[in-house]
Amino acid sequence: MSHTLIALVENKPGVLNRVASLFRRRNFNIESLNVGRTERPEVSRMTIVMDAAAVEARAVEANLYKLVNVIDVQDVTGQAAVLRDLALIKVRARPEQRAEVASLAGIFRGHIVDVAADSVIVEITGTEDKVESLIELLRPLGILEMVRTGQVAMMRGSGSGVRYTPGANGHNGNGVNP
Amino acid sequence: MILTGAEILWECLTREGVQVVFGYPGGANMPIYDAMLSYPVHHVLVRHEQGAAHMADGYARASGKVGVAMATSGPGATNLVTGIATAMMDSSPIVCITGQVHAHLIGGDAFQETDVTGITLPITKHNYLVTRADEIAQVVREAFYIARSGRPGPVLIDICKNAQIEKTEFVYPEKISLAGYHPPEHAPMTELQKAARLIAEAERPVILCGHGTIMSGAEEELLHFAVKTNTPVASTLLGLGAFPASHPLSLGMMGMHGEAYCNLAIQNADLLIALGMRFDDRVTGNLRTYAPRARKIHVEIDPSEVHKNVRVDVPLVGNLKSVLRDLIPVVDEQDHPAWLQQIAEWRAESEQRDILAWPDDGKLYVSHVVRDLWSITGGGAIVTTDVGQHQMWAAQYYPLERPNRWITSGGSGTMGFGLPSAIGAWFAHPDQEIWTVVGDGGFQMTQAELTTAVNEGANIKIALMNNNFLGMVRQWQEFFFEKRYSAVQMRNPDFVKIAEAHGVAARRVLKPEEVAEAIAFARATPGPVLLEFRVEQEEAVYPMVPAGADLDNMIRRPIRKKMAEGQPVAAPGAGD
Repeated sequence: MSHTLIALVENKPGVLNRVASLFRRRNFNIESLNVGRTERPEVSRMTIVMDAAAVEARAVEANLYKLVNVIDVQDVTGQAAVLRDLALIKVRARPEQRAEVASLAGIFRGHIVDVAADSVIVEITGTEDKVESLIELLRPLGILEMVRTGQVAMMRGSGSGVRYTPGANGHNGNGVNP
Repeated sequence: MILTGAEILWECLTREGVQVVFGYPGGANMPIYDAMLSYPVHHVLVRHEQGAAHMADGYARASGKVGVAMATSGPGATNLVTGIATAMMDSSPIVCITGQVHAHLIGGDAFQETDVTGITLPITKHNYLVTRADEIAQVVREAFYIARSGRPGPVLIDICKNAQIEKTEFVYPEKISLAGYHPPEHAPMTELQKAARLIAEAERPVILCGHGTIMSGAEEELLHFAVKTNTPVASTLLGLGAFPASHPLSLGMMGMHGEAYCNLAIQNADLLIALGMRFDDRVTGNLRTYAPRARKIHVEIDPSEVHKNVRVDVPLVGNLKSVLRDLIPVVDEQDHPAWLQQIAEWRAESEQRDILAWPDDGKLYVSHVVRDLWSITGGGAIVTTDVGQHQMWAAQYYPLERPNRWITSGGSGTMGFGLPSAIGAWFAHPDQEIWTVVGDGGFQMTQAELTTAVNEGANIKIALMNNNFLGMVRQWQEFFFEKRYSAVQMRNPDFVKIAEAHGVAARRVLKPEEVAEAIAFARATPGPVLLEFRVEQEEAVYPMVPAGADLDNMIRRPIRKKMAEGQPVAAPGAGD
């Protein structure tokens, strides 16, 4: 099953390498990893999606805490969280097919953000499922190029994700040990 | 105060209480070595940087303080790598300081440039690349704190040469704040009560005592806890010394070469209380059949160790000393007479097989030499070892009553560790008796540090067990590869001459009756002394749990039949 973790890390050189190296070393299988800035300049935020059992998600959390630069880790899988993936999809489209692409994109609240002689770029934001659905519909037209951000995640309201490990990094674990 | 980066480094090191550093100069750390002359720090010039890392490690384990090793960039730093990995696997607090090329040259393959923070990333608790002088004070302060706190471990600081030379205002950071580093101290009371309930329900409990007991200084709490709950204590290789070996509740060492009765107790237990240990494959054997009827409580400071190898029922994440202090008042006094009686029966059976119970056959066995060393030194020496058969015999036959006196490479199994770690331990305790038990293979890996020992006047005694074999590999080839000996026979130099060439007094010992006198000679001679024991060549360490086998599936030393006069001892082979 897919697990989505949020990690807050110090915004310092080499931190991404430390996290990536940890995943390699411990043999964790990562589906996507998104890194970006946050409301605090000294903190970066990672959203990690991994295909793993709950036990392994807990191991990832505990191992992330071993990195001195990792501040907080939460598992938002199955929680009240907003999950979003952004994709840019370059589709083969001659002028007479543009309307069809635009209409498909529109159904998914996507947009055409670039038009060329024989292709268009569709931008779509949404849950992974929604993005996947649009991709499948566009595929018959011919997808020339595609890029996806991987998921980003945020808990709704004031909730927080599951912290498995009591005592880890000073946090009180609120999760049940899987 | 305006100082160079190199001066700031030494200002910080002296404020951390550093009195001795082990190292080797080179192009990229010359400003550090120049500035060192103005500071009251003793520098030990090693003969290979691996020795520096092991000495810092030995110093740290003997003293409980942080050990410091230094090297230059490139090959100097890469030579530290084995020592850093050794410290990492055994959670030993050392700080390694390496020189790096100028910051503007980084990434350009400059002379003696190596990506040292990249190389050491997986084998350090944390590391730093310092490119400016004004970063040094903060980084050194953090490095020492990280190395010694929580689950201790090695921290590396790679300092660019320009950062050593540049001048800046020196401000010592009185406080440090690490947003992402807060080692746990206490376990929640709800979990402690769950643990207490399991302890109350147990009929066949065993405590598994690991290195964490020693690292957290919890030996008194362990003794109190074990006695109050009447629970026998099995020890990992690195946990030896945390619990007095002579105590009736002591089961000695567990695992691959652990006592048979100890492994049997673990396999038949209904509760394991793991204290600061990590269920390494060398102590569990086959995980699927490990302690099948036992519930498990795991007291551990590193949350990533909980459930890693063995699923546990109650994890108590925190500092072992604090957790035990919290737990002791919560548990009730227990009594387990039937269980202790059962263990006593297993122990009696084991004693029949013990080589110490065999009649003298005129041959020199490592176990006998180690036991003689133990009796003559009153069991009070600090003992370091190399890695291999002699290490296991030292663990089995030099029982310890106190912690921080047993220094051995457990997790990493690093050959060459014995001699340099003994030198490091001597700097921690120059007034105490220090022995290193080494084999002929490992000794030659760091033999060059004999010169360091002589130069420093290190009062260390070397018991070299020479069987002209890489003994442990030979034993595996005997047991598991049909005795097809491949690359294990050692054609060795004359070790006595080697020692004497270094200025080390030396004796060769061929017979059991010469052992006591040779040890007396070593103890009476100031400075380093080497005793070469020409030991039985094809002796095996028993018991042995083959790698990956069930913990109670041990190859045992056969029970010895009455020996006919003058007959050699029956060749020990695979027993029951």
